[in-house]
Amino acid sequence: MDHRAALLLLADGRLPAGGYAHSGGLEPAVAMGRVRDLADVEDFLTGRLETVGVVAASFAAAACHAAYRLDGARLGALEAGLDARMPSPASRRTSRQLGRQLRRVVTTLRHDPRLELVGGEPHHPVMLGVVAAVFDVEPTGAALAVLHEAATGVATAAVRLLALDPLAAHAVVAGLAEHLDELAAQCVSWSSQEVEALPAWGAPLLDLGAEQHVRRSGRLFAS
Amino acid sequence: MTSTVVRTEALVQDSSRGARMQARAVVATQLVTDAAGCARTRICGLRSEAPLVLRPTIGKGAEPGVRRDGGAARVTIAAGAAGPVGGDRLELTVLVGAGSTLVLTEASSTLLLPGRDGATSRADVDLTVEAGGTLVWLPEPVIAAHGCDHLMTVRAKVAKDARLLARDEILLGRHDETPGLLRTRWRVDGPDGPLLAQDLELGTRAGRSAAVAGRYRAVGSLVVVTPEWARDTTRASELLADTTAYLPLGGGTAVVSALADDSRGLRNVLDDAMARLGPPWEVDGE
Repeated sequence: MDHRAALLLLADGRLPAGGYAHSGGLEPAVAMGRVRDLADVEDFLTGRLETVGVVAASFAAAACHAAYRLDGARLGALEAGLDARMPSPASRRTSRQLGRQLRRVVTTLRHDPRLELVGGEPHHPVMLGVVAAVFDVEPTGAALAVLHEAATGVATAAVRLLALDPLAAHAVVAGLAEHLDELAAQCVSWSSQEVEALPAWGAPLLDLGAEQHVRRSGRLFAS
Repeated sequence: MTSTVVRTEALVQDSSRGARMQARAVVATQLVTDAAGCARTRICGLRSEAPLVLRPTIGKGAEPGVRRDGGAARVTIAAGAAGPVGGDRLELTVLVGAGSTLVLTEASSTLLLPGRDGATSRADVDLTVEAGGTLVWLPEPVIAAHGCDHLMTVRAKVAKDARLLARDEILLGRHDETPGLLRTRWRVDGPDGPLLAQDLELGTRAGRSAAVAGRYRAVGSLVVVTPEWARDTTRASELLADTTAYLPLGGGTAVVSALADDSRGLRNVLDDAMARLGPPWEVDGE
């Protein structure tokens, strides 16, 4: 049985795991003048979801699959695979920080030996996959939670950064709903593939933005 | 909206259709000791197949990390035909033997063109650098013409104490041309696991977004594996220009990622970045 309420909990930006403090790379894109209006936000969101979003969701699904089988070696390989897919050190730090915060929240909610299958500062998608397994959520749920959080996180940040109408910003996310389901299904279909074959879509402007952002003062969001 | 993922599956089907032109080229080197007792690199394998023509050459231009008198081997690739066009499949295999040094260059840029039936063209590059070897691979830009559909795959296996410096330059269309579809896939593996895995898809809506390449028409990188850097904790990320960043990864690997308005701008920032890599990639004699 898939635990839908648990999935909603994992995908909720209000879970105190720190996700709400991040703009998914939108803040630096706005600061550099590359995203100015709602249409730009929609393009940015599409570009982000189809690249690093698909990578994160694929790794979350694969990690969930591995956690169900208590396969710590596979989780380690997924960690190394994500490191190789994230050229920006700033992005790697953000991912590991979010992973650590998620682990801290979940260890207070559940005692489960699977939470110890990954190291002290795991990448967020790997940790989320493990947590999904702990809550009896299927790999599809783990992939969807990653994509959903990526989409709503950017939309919420867009409202603050560009003073957009919240309804218009969330209409963009609503318009992508079917696409998110489709992407999640694809991500899950690769769950048991070799790490080398998993998606590795890069996003050069996101990498650049992440590095510019950590060097800037007066930031609204952590990334 | 067609997703990235769905298109990748379509590609697999495309590749099963009859390829129009297939060519496989090989270059291999080994370290030998000459009559004077000096170690130098010998080209022990060189196979050309039209349109990929490989020729031994003499050193010209900057050769980072290569001593002029150090007995390195130099090979240049001259494309004997236009293209590739849709349906073509080109393969290049490079084997740098233990302790040897190869500088591999290209005579001209590559123009990617569409085929008549919309099939995907492919270029597969397989790089192996054995222990203590050095490969400097400096190809010329790849230009995605209108309507092209191309996949370039680079697989590099870098052994213990081996070095790699590779350049990758993509131009999205000729002057004022709307580019076709271009995907690149890099997998660089070291003795202890993956060092770099990056796929890039350009010429799509996602590719034009402010998350991927935005309005920039030239996208490029340097991929550098330097075992001496593996334990050097002082090498941090650095912004080298407005849209150029030095990004260190694990295992002594680094990527210089750059975006520019045109090919000249891209080459300039990558040349500057190459000159600033530091030891062991200094340019001899400059």
